Amino acid sequence: MRRFADTILPAATFVVMVAALYMVFVYVPSDREQGIIQRVFYFHVPLAIMGFVAFGTVAVASILFLWRGTRVWDRLAHSAAEVGMVFCSLVLITGPIWARPAWGTWWTWDARLTTTLILWLIYAAYLMLRSVSGPGDQGARYAAVLGIVGAVDIPIINRSVYWWRTIHPAVLVTRTGGTGLSDPRMQATFGICFLAFFLLFLLLLKVRNESFRLRDALDELHQQALTSS
Amino acid sequence: MANLSYLFAAYTAVWVLLFLYILGLSRRNRSLEKEIEELRELLRRKT
Repeated sequence: MRRFADTILPAATFVVMVAALYMVFVYVPSDREQGIIQRVFYFHVPLAIMGFVAFGTVAVASILFLWRGTRVWDRLAHSAAEVGMVFCSLVLITGPIWARPAWGTWWTWDARLTTTLILWLIYAAYLMLRSVSGPGDQGARYAAVLGIVGAVDIPIINRSVYWWRTIHPAVLVTRTGGTGLSDPRMQATFGICFLAFFLLFLLLLKVRNESFRLRDALDELHQQALTSS
Repeated sequence: MANLSYLFAAYTAVWVLLFLYILGLSRRNRSLEKEIEELRELLRRKT
């Protein structure tokens, strides 16, 4: 398991990411209607999905932390929140870059855009709460509650294009039920990009979790140094 | 090839932000490891 996390995972992430870039820029054909700008979706959509997975991880780990009270779950929740924020920020950056040529505007208060921004703000608050709360379990417990409540927004974002009148495209499953990626090469490219971001998510989560573990070990040593002096 | 600059901007943003985040993470981990090693050495000398 350790060998997988330390050597195989970074190597696999690198190889699959290079393959994803090759497929996005060389292999896949351009969309007939949108042209070359549609290729933003191959990173934008997997980033969004992995952002939701990250915030979902925050919620599950927070529940387990509140239930069991062990630091392992709290560290996982905190790490997943930070990685999720990076992914969600990239979604909110790449989305408007696509929207400008496609819609003629950088931003519109569309249901999906607005609910995604709300998700970003909720977890920004979560990270702020973590950074201002001192040592001890109280801050972690408040943050865990926020992490669980915040995840309620994820299914709302997912269903927003079906519940409200929205101009955001439904890429994977269209409003009529079919897929938005009709060409098999587009589907293959999307699959590889999704795998690349899944591996990247695991890698970032592992590295961030390791730094929280080191921080805890350091706090313990400080405590030992204080009691021995 | 219209909108190529937007495509370039989107992918550059992704790579720059990810690179900065990974760089920050590895720096933070290195400094924590160094600090732990120093503290362990200090405790060893004390006992």
